[in-house]
Amino acid sequence: MTILETRPVVARPEGGSLIEQFELGLDAPICLTWELTYACNLECAHCLSSSGRRDPRELSTEQCKAVIDELQRMQVFYVNIGGGEPTIRPDFWELLDYAVSHDVGVKFSTNGVRLNPERARFLASTDYVDVQISLDGATPEVNDYVRGPGSFDTAITALANLQDAGFKDAKISVVCTRQNIGQLDEFKAIADQYGATLRLTRLRPSGRGADVWDELHPLPEQQRELYDWLVANGENVLTGDSFFHLSAFGVADGGSALPGLNLCGAGRVVCLIDPIGDVYACPFAIHDNFLAGNVLADGGFETVWQRSELFTELRSPQTSGACTSCAFFDACRGGCMAAKFFTGLPLDGPDPECVRGFGEDALASGDRVLPPQGKDHSKANPTRNQPVMLTLSRRDDALAVQATKPPVSACAENPLAGFTL
Amino acid sequence: MTTTDQMLAEAWDLSPAVALRPEPFGAMAYHFGNRKLTFLKRMQLVDVVRGLAAHPDVRSTLQSVGVAEAQWPGYVAALQGLAATDMIRPRATDQARSVQEGAA
Ligand code: SF4
Ligand code: SF4
Repeated sequence: MTILETRPVVARPEGGSLIEQFELGLDAPICLTWELTYACNLECAHCLSSSGRRDPRELSTEQCKAVIDELQRMQVFYVNIGGGEPTIRPDFWELLDYAVSHDVGVKFSTNGVRLNPERARFLASTDYVDVQISLDGATPEVNDYVRGPGSFDTAITALANLQDAGFKDAKISVVCTRQNIGQLDEFKAIADQYGATLRLTRLRPSGRGADVWDELHPLPEQQRELYDWLVANGENVLTGDSFFHLSAFGVADGGSALPGLNLCGAGRVVCLIDPIGDVYACPFAIHDNFLAGNVLADGGFETVWQRSELFTELRSPQTSGACTSCAFFDACRGGCMAAKFFTGLPLDGPDPECVRGFGEDALASGDRVLPPQGKDHSKANPTRNQPVMLTLSRRDDALAVQATKPPVSACAENPLAGFTL
Repeated sequence: MTTTDQMLAEAWDLSPAVALRPEPFGAMAYHFGNRKLTFLKRMQLVDVVRGLAAHPDVRSTLQSVGVAEAQWPGYVAALQGLAATDMIRPRATDQARSVQEGAA
């Protein structure tokens, strides 16, 4: 969290490729995520920010507006707002209005809980606001397994409300998992039905995602299935920087990388402002190792973005270890920093989902050290919104605990113990 | 006339919906209407785009920025790319208007 005295000056190759320029960093991010709150009505098993409870240090309305003023000065033309569930902040709609009227367009991610017909009409009347509804299964069974009971219906109702209100082109954001890769066509059909655009993203082992990654992340053959589906349907599907680690498939087939940002933009073109104003290199990297500074304590967002020691380091030439000699390096560039970090793999080596299988080998070799959990805002006690997946695993834990502890009394083990009939 | 010659003789302007953000290698152009992002990878191209409004045509803009004539086709191609996403727009000048009216 060190801020440098002066802004480092980097020599730029004149007319170098855009990727080369991006690696050296920009004056302001182009993909800024701002999580407004850690509070959430749901408890998704794979939540990347381990959300649940509001952090008491959450930025106030005035502090949020000051951040927006600064984004306007820096010419950050749009921001992805998320959480937690951003719409449960009482000042959410006020901040939305404020951002848009200060030339900062907003795309916000929501589970749909507050998108009633009235809100949907309001959104339809605004320009410059994009809405993204999270859906991680094309059926309630698959979705609610990870997102919690009723969350499928909530999302679909929100989509219907938006469509009825005349809101054009909502986004449906899907985290691709082992359970839903087979549903890609069904997701597309849902998107078409509601006049929405499908956005597919990669499951990263970040936040609570670290606990469930082994069970949820797509199997190697599913990665291929996903890649082929993207090649066939990709034109009308958004992916951001999610799948550039799969680009190697295309290069191996004699084609080229997937369209989109084929590099890890963390701290270079991507970053996260969290609910308390902490600035991280990437929304998937909420961990002290990737904390660059704080907008309140370190002189504002621009200072942190342009002068933090961490971001300066991320913008300097990196070593890529074993990947450097890989024939697919130009397309894949070693994959996702967060995915490596949270699976305990070295940052200068292959991605855990490396299409050549090197990641799996590294994971299997067993000499990796998992980093301690990052910031956790999970609810202390599960509520009725807890997804099935966690109820199962929690029960498993409870059994495991019982088995390793000797029973307190015979009765604790079996209510009928000791009775002779 | 080739399309390059044509554009060299035309008056252009930055689209009113576009903002240019300076970057260490050039600039980022953002269109508030269609929300497209484009990167101008050379400082001189940024100067050309910014200079369009102040000059009667593209040729004089390129000259004022000091772009060598050999590079004009490349610059015109870049400008055409920007025009395709409405980053820059043809500017209606008195001369252009009278030509159009004359043709009609
Ligand atoms: S760490 Fe991963 S998710 Fe974050 S910018 Fe890099 S590749 Fe993208
Ligand atoms: S070895 Fe590295 S660069 Fe090559 S495909 Fe695997 S992760 Fe990508």
